[in-house]
Amino acid sequence: MSAATPSPVAVHDPGQLIPLVRRTALVRCNPLTKIAVALILMVGTLLSIDMVSAGIVLGFCLLALPATGLDLRAALLRLWFLPLGALLAAWGTAILAEKTGTVVIDVGPILMTTGSLGAAGAIFLRALALAIPLIVLASTIDPRDLADALVQRLRLPEVVVVSVLAASRLLGLLVSEWQTLAMARRARGIAGGSIIRRTRSLFAGIFVLLVQSIRRGTTLAMAMEGRAFGRPGRTWRRESTFSSGDRLAVVVSLAVCALAIVAAHMLGTWNPIVGGN
Amino acid sequence: MALPIDAHGFSWRHADREQPAFVPIDLHIDAGEKVLLLGPSGAGKTTLLHAIAGVLPAESGEAAGDLLVGDRPPDPRRGETGLVLQDPDSQVIFSRVGDDVAFGMENLGLPAEIIDARISTSLRTMGLDLPHDHPTAALSGGQKQRLALAGVHAMAPQVIILDEPTANIDPSSAASIRDAVLDTRAATSATMVIVEHRVELWLDHVDTVIVLGPHGLLTQGTPNSVFGDPELAKVLLESGIWVPGRTGSLAGDDRKPVESVSHPAAVSTGEVVLRTEQLSVARPRVKTPAATGLDLSIRAGEAVGIVGANGAGKSTLALTLAGLIPEFGGEVSALGPLQAGAKHARPFRWPSAFLAPRIGMVFQEPEHQFLRSSVAEELALGPRLAGWSAGQIEERVAELLQALGLEPLAEAHPQGLSGGEKRRLSVAAMMAPRPQVLIVDEPTFGQDALTWAGLVEQFLDVLARGSTVVAISHDDAFLEAIGARRVVLGGAKQPTVEKTGAGDIREGREN
Repeated sequence: MSAATPSPVAVHDPGQLIPLVRRTALVRCNPLTKIAVALILMVGTLLSIDMVSAGIVLGFCLLALPATGLDLRAALLRLWFLPLGALLAAWGTAILAEKTGTVVIDVGPILMTTGSLGAAGAIFLRALALAIPLIVLASTIDPRDLADALVQRLRLPEVVVVSVLAASRLLGLLVSEWQTLAMARRARGIAGGSIIRRTRSLFAGIFVLLVQSIRRGTTLAMAMEGRAFGRPGRTWRRESTFSSGDRLAVVVSLAVCALAIVAAHMLGTWNPIVGGN
Repeated sequence: MALPIDAHGFSWRHADREQPAFVPIDLHIDAGEKVLLLGPSGAGKTTLLHAIAGVLPAESGEAAGDLLVGDRPPDPRRGETGLVLQDPDSQVIFSRVGDDVAFGMENLGLPAEIIDARISTSLRTMGLDLPHDHPTAALSGGQKQRLALAGVHAMAPQVIILDEPTANIDPSSAASIRDAVLDTRAATSATMVIVEHRVELWLDHVDTVIVLGPHGLLTQGTPNSVFGDPELAKVLLESGIWVPGRTGSLAGDDRKPVESVSHPAAVSTGEVVLRTEQLSVARPRVKTPAATGLDLSIRAGEAVGIVGANGAGKSTLALTLAGLIPEFGGEVSALGPLQAGAKHARPFRWPSAFLAPRIGMVFQEPEHQFLRSSVAEELALGPRLAGWSAGQIEERVAELLQALGLEPLAEAHPQGLSGGEKRRLSVAAMMAPRPQVLIVDEPTFGQDALTWAGLVEQFLDVLARGSTVVAISHDDAFLEAIGARRVVLGGAKQPTVEKTGAGDIREGREN
């Protein structure tokens, strides 16, 4: 990322979902490659609701986790609700899905059969197999690298890309701004109290937040203009490139995707979401 | 190659104001001239800077007359000007330090090799020796200001325009920032226009002083001719311009109420109202404390100045003392009269309506605290919540409006005021209900000499009534004027608490 010092990320970036601990080959991949890999894996998971295809993709994702360079402990602490959510979805499926096969559990209104349990397992695996690549994507893509790639590789208009990139930083500020506003309302004596007072003070806060956002946006636009933004002939400090690592990542993910689909067909579990049975 | 700047009958009126930001002015600035632009709070200095940089949005107001940079109207896209704005927080563009510095150079179309080399040079010049991939979100206010300056340094512009470049820098490093700016200018021999309240910092380093008054251009000349003329100096003082060597005496005159402070202070026993024991403070959800091991006893009627370098945890301590964020470790307890009627000793547990009339907190950014649609209503809110009678409220509002020079703005919307005016309003709004403890974060930011003196007077009045003032400030003269004892925060180390001679009675009470 840095031209001068390719250091391990030492300072915690408050904007990052999960901190990076190592800059692996995968982290260094072009952002477009990462998006492509996530899309390919998504195809492998989404086409069919069955344990085999979802299981293969998920298994690959889990095996590949160390290569993402993410702080896995932090990931677990911050995203513990994901497996829980997947489990809940699976629970719902187990109760509501078509009751085929033999009955496994029958307690009052709760009826689960091998068929519904199978569907539940597939939903559970699918949810995780979809979530993991997206989390890795969100945590390892530097927005600036993505902007570089979008403009240089996909030829998107630079003024739009750079503006969105700069504005996205302000979105992160909204959270801390809201906390400060809440404190400020408390300091002025209008926080708490009855529901009506709370609501009024909430709206006062929202108004100030809006005013502040517009002001910050205007100031940012001014600061950008003040540094010659919008001048024709902009150059890019970093070239957005593809390397052999990028090719390898795409090939591996394609192979996993193909393996998942083929294996599901061969084992007879293929259960496409659209068309056919 | 530097460019001259010319204005002929140039004026600007913001779309939402009846009065123009400044009346038509004529001025000429030579190519390569170093200009210090002065004027009272609200005189339109910032607007003029934005106009020269060509970033005043056409839809936000009306221009009249001509303004030329070189021989053309200003257009930032030519890349001739480098602009640093007042608010360091809003002008960070990218999430990595290196990218942010590179932004201007990329816009100018410089080749990548040159950009990379210059990023390091510019960062080092501004004393911001950080890796290029350092996240900008992790920078302090002072560091962000350095970052913005580095971005302009890297562009090597022909016109450098700076709005209070050292306002957020701690006093001990302000001179080094100034020198770095001057080096930048020298390297390109650019024209430089700078607005700065720390007049003495720049006076020996500029060619020309331009003074913008409430009725247009007041004077333009060399620093010596502007400040050497006693007649002129008097006029400047009266319009609120900081005059080197003279402003101190003005503040001295206004410090007279100190005598009146001594009587009620002597009457009050100086009981401890806030005490902290082994307090450590941190922003919510931050895992490492900004300051630790704080043992403070804050007494009724005394002024306490909290000082220390950028990032020492001063603001976090203020928020903790004000009962707005929980203690990270240790405890803040209210004692004596401050605790009367409270169910809990810790202000953090108090309900908002109970807290506000007792401990007032003025935030670093005034915009956050405004809740009403006019200046007068804003001032009336606190007293009304505290249950004052209509007559009392009216009297108090009139008094504050007058004392802080906000009378003509009584019906204006708080969010539409100038930076200095907002600052005064936010202080006045918290003072209005006469809280027992008033905690203020940089109360004198952006004030001219007159409004500064007005603020000092109000703080002395607060103290005279036996209330306590805790002030975070880089402004030594202010802390002197209100007779504050200093608490020095030194990062995570034990704070060194020292007393100044200024508050002689207070020193006695300390023992």
